[in-house]
Amino acid sequence: MKVSKWHKAIVYLFLIGFAIYFLLPFVWIVLTALKTEAEVHQYPPAIFPGMPQFVNFVNAWKAQPFGLYLMNSVTITVLTTIGQLISCSLIAYGFARYHFKFKNGLFILLLATMMIPWDVTMIPLYMQFNLFGWINTLKPLIVPAFFGSAYYVFLLRQFLMNVPKELEHAAKIDGANDFQTYWKIFVPIMQAPLTLIAVLNMLSVWNDYLGPLIFLQDRTKYTLALGLASFKGVHELQILPIMSITILMIIPPVIAFLYAQKYIVEGISGAIK
Amino acid sequence: MEQAVARHKRVRIIGKLTPYLFISPWIVGLLLFTIGPLVFSLVMSFFDWPVTSAPKFVGLENYTKMFTNDPQFYKSLAITLKFAVLYVPLSLITSLILAMLISQPVKGVKIFRTIFYLPAVVSGVAVSIIWGWIFNSKYGILNYALSLLGIEGPKWLIDPASAIVTIVIASAWGVGTMMLIFYTNIKGISPDLYESAAIDGAGSIRQFTSITLPLITPTLFFNLITSTISALQQLTLVLLLTNGGPLKSTYFYGLFVYNNAFKHHKLGYASANAWFMFIIILLLTALIFKSSSAWVFYENEVKHERKRGGKKK
Repeated sequence: MKVSKWHKAIVYLFLIGFAIYFLLPFVWIVLTALKTEAEVHQYPPAIFPGMPQFVNFVNAWKAQPFGLYLMNSVTITVLTTIGQLISCSLIAYGFARYHFKFKNGLFILLLATMMIPWDVTMIPLYMQFNLFGWINTLKPLIVPAFFGSAYYVFLLRQFLMNVPKELEHAAKIDGANDFQTYWKIFVPIMQAPLTLIAVLNMLSVWNDYLGPLIFLQDRTKYTLALGLASFKGVHELQILPIMSITILMIIPPVIAFLYAQKYIVEGISGAIK
Repeated sequence: MEQAVARHKRVRIIGKLTPYLFISPWIVGLLLFTIGPLVFSLVMSFFDWPVTSAPKFVGLENYTKMFTNDPQFYKSLAITLKFAVLYVPLSLITSLILAMLISQPVKGVKIFRTIFYLPAVVSGVAVSIIWGWIFNSKYGILNYALSLLGIEGPKWLIDPASAIVTIVIASAWGVGTMMLIFYTNIKGISPDLYESAAIDGAGSIRQFTSITLPLITPTLFFNLITSTISALQQLTLVLLLTNGGPLKSTYFYGLFVYNNAFKHHKLGYASANAWFMFIIILLLTALIFKSSSAWVFYENEVKHERKRGGKKK
C-alpha cells in the first residue's frame, strides 16, 4: 500500500506523542533513582542526576529483606508455572481432542468462570484456606495453579482445535495409548502456546498484589510486590529506595515480555479468531 | 471368549472415561476453588459473620442494611460508576487509536508496538509508585511541566476533585492488551477491501467508517465488556495510590468490599456486597450480549460481499 508523505508525518506525530505517555514515566523513575537525596527534593526538579548514584540500588536492596521477598516471588512464580503448564495442557487436550457427554456444557461453564469477579470468591477462599491452615503460607498462591486456569485452557484449546485428526490415528496405529499420544505427540507441538501461557502466568503471578496481601501476614513470607508496597506504605518519603526497588521489580517482566513478544501477539490473535 | 468380551468391555469403559480423566484437574479445581467458594459466599451473605466469634443467621438483614442503611454503599457505587464512565470510553478510544497507528505501513512501527504494550506487563504496585511520583504535588514533574506552560496544576492526589482523574490516567496506561486485540483484528482485514475502496475514491476517514469499524465491532464489543468489568472491580491502584482518600473521594466499591471484609471483619456483610456486584456484572454482560445483535456487525454477514474472502474464519 502506498502512503503519502502527509499521512506518514501525521502517523509519526501521533506515534511519538503516545510514546511519550507510555515511555516517559519509566525514564523519569530511572532518572529519579539515580539522583542524590538532595537532588530528589529540589524544586524546580533537576531533570538529570548530576552524578548517577548506582549505589542507591545496593542501599535499597539492603533496606529490607528484599532477597527473601525475591526468593518467595521466584518460588511462587516457578511452581505456579509448572502447575499451569501440566494442568492446562491436560485439560485443553481433553476438551479439544475428544467427544464426550456434556462437553459443550462444561466448556461453556469453563468460559463462564472467567466472568466471576474476584471479590466474590476472595472472602470464602480466605475462610477456606484458613480452615486448611494455609494462611500465612505460600500454598494459597501456588496450589490452585495445579488445577488449571480458564483463560489458559481456552487459549490452548483454540490451538489444539486446528491440529489435524490424522495425528491421533497415526499414533494409535503405532500402539500408543491416549496418555502417550498426549505426552509424546501433542505436548511437543504445543510448544508455542505453552510458552505463551508460561509467560502470561509468570507476568500475572510476579505482579500480583491482592493475593499475597490477603493470604500472607508474616514479613518473611512476603513477595516482592507486597514487600515493595508495604515498604512504600511505611517509608513514604524514602523516594530513592522505593524507586530503585520498583525498577528492579519491573526488569524481569519486561525481559520476559521482550523475549516472548511474538508469542503474545500471535496468542492473542489465535484467541479471537 | 467370555474373558475377551469382559476385557473388551473394560477397555470401552476406560475409553469412555479417558476424556474425563484429562479434564479432571479442572473439575476438581472448579468445585474446590470456584463453585464451592461461590456457594459458600452466598451462604455467608445471610449471616452475621465476624472473624472472632460464631456466625449468626440473620436472613436478608445484610441486604436490607446495604440498601437502606449504609450511605457509603451508594457513595462507593456512584464513585465506581463515575470511574467506569470516565475510564471505559477513554481506554476503548485510546486502544483503538493505538491499534490503528501500529497497523500503519510505516517504518519502525514494531518498536512503537512494544513501547505501547510495555506498561501492561508492569505490576500494579509499580504503576502506582510511578504515577504517584509523577503526580506528586510537591516534587512531581507533571506540575512542574505545567508550570512551565503557565498552568497551575491541581494537587492531583490530595484534592478530592482530581484524585479520581489521576486513577483514570494511571489505569489507562495499561491499555496494551486491548490495543493488541484490536490490532490483530485490524491486521486480519483483507487489504483488497481498502484497495477497492480507494479506487472508488473513498478517503481515509470513509475507509475507517465503512470498512474498519464495521469489521471490528465484535472486537469492540468484547473489549467493551472486559473493560467495563475490570473498571467495576478496580482495587489495586486505589489501595495503593489513594487508599480511598482524600475525604473518601476514591472509596471505590472494590475497596468498600475489601475493607468491610478484611479491615472491619464483617465477612457476612462483605459477602452480600460482593454478591450485589456479581449480579450487576452478570446483568451487564447479559445486557451487552443481548444488545450486541443490534449493532455488532459479524464478519460472516459481510463475507459474501468480499471478493476473495481471505481466511475462512
